[in-house]
Amino acid sequence: MFDLHGFGGQMALGALMTVQLALGALAVGLVLGLMGAVAKLSRDRLARAVGRGYTTIVRGIPELLVVLVIYFGSSGILTTVAGWLGHDEFVELSPYVAGIIALGLTFGAYATEVFRGAILAVPIGQIEAARAYGMGPWLTFRRIVLPQVWRIALPGLANLFLVLLKDTSLISAIGLNELLRASYIGAQSSKDAFTFYTVAALIYLAMTVVAEWGRARLEKWSRRGIARARA
Amino acid sequence: MDWETLIPRIAKGVFYGVALLLAAGIVYGLTRLDYGVMVAYLDDLGRGALLTVELVAISVAVGFCIAVPTALLRASPRWWLSWPAYAYIFTFRGTPLLVQIFLVYYGLAQVDWVKDSFLWPYLREAYWCALIAFTLNTAAYTAEIFRGAIQAVPAGEIEAAKAIGMSKALMLRRVVLPRAFRICLPAYGNEIILMIKGSALASTITLLDLTGMARTVIARTYMPVEIFLAAGVIYFLLTFVFTRVFQRIEHRANRYLTAAR
Repeated sequence: MFDLHGFGGQMALGALMTVQLALGALAVGLVLGLMGAVAKLSRDRLARAVGRGYTTIVRGIPELLVVLVIYFGSSGILTTVAGWLGHDEFVELSPYVAGIIALGLTFGAYATEVFRGAILAVPIGQIEAARAYGMGPWLTFRRIVLPQVWRIALPGLANLFLVLLKDTSLISAIGLNELLRASYIGAQSSKDAFTFYTVAALIYLAMTVVAEWGRARLEKWSRRGIARARA
Repeated sequence: MDWETLIPRIAKGVFYGVALLLAAGIVYGLTRLDYGVMVAYLDDLGRGALLTVELVAISVAVGFCIAVPTALLRASPRWWLSWPAYAYIFTFRGTPLLVQIFLVYYGLAQVDWVKDSFLWPYLREAYWCALIAFTLNTAAYTAEIFRGAIQAVPAGEIEAAKAIGMSKALMLRRVVLPRAFRICLPAYGNEIILMIKGSALASTITLLDLTGMARTVIARTYMPVEIFLAAGVIYFLLTFVFTRVFQRIEHRANRYLTAAR
């Protein structure tokens, strides 16, 4: 049906790279998001300010700009720091690492809000009960709050993951051979842009469908043992 | 003292250390920047920002006009009306905007009947391609937002409209749509902000919007940090001003709901 002019393998590798990017950024973003939420809900004023600054700035500028800044901006900083440490050479991040950091930063900023809502949604009575048992703040967080946060935050996080999956296409702008760039290369050399971008779109759609299915499974699993209110 | 109570203290110490180091780094970095470059290219960036605003304004306005009927179709109980609308929304929400832009910009150019049509003078321009892709994309997201809002209009209000004897069209115009619009305002504001940021993708097909202009200036000056910082600040101001204006609109539109409080 689709003639890929021998670029099928490249496209498959690109799709694999896209999945890798998405999962890597997801891992970075989840850690950042959880830290951001804890910071924003902290009693410490400095922590709140840092959390607020992080989400406001990252959510206020385009994802593409974040990607470009991390990739092109970091080399200057890294080279300077390396110079202090006695390495007088040009240092830069690979597009892959820069991409994961940039996408992780954006995912983390949005995830901060999701986690914050989820932490606030844990019934206060349970936290008071934990305190009454003599649990400290860390133990309360680890044993009482965190296990429930996953369940409450899951729908929001899954939504963000779908956005992240599509945002991986931005990494093509810094030359990483992910799905979109692989299609771009194929399109340029075969002069058959329509086919290549249609195939790319279909692969992204398929990934979305798989992610959507995974979301439904995970949500069902996370709700096991939770009584559902009858409408 | 056991380790469970020590962890928060250690975490706090580490956090303060890192925050202090970061703040020092940022302040040091800011003192080393070349602010002259930012000022010198400010009107270039300004022109870029103008194009960004233009692209967003047009695509959001046209997208709104497409989204309302699409949402009505999507909310329809008849499958042959709702299914095509759903397919459209699903396709555009399930694929990256960048792929859609490339498909319109590079893809359409090789279809012969497009090249022969009277629309070709427009479709070969990056400007119109970006506008088409943006419009179709934001219309799909907006339609889904509207659909949710239309279905969230309280059943009692629709029953009341029917009880007074309003026709379907009148009810839609006087009750359902105005009410749905108010319900979805916060979500719609979010979508417009996403569009402001998404418009940066126009730079990938040679358009000199704010991001495109920033990249051109950087190619000329080799000063990515300064120029990206300036562009970032402008984007930030754009979204900031927009949120404030939209908050006012939201407040006004929902005044009848909040007046009592």
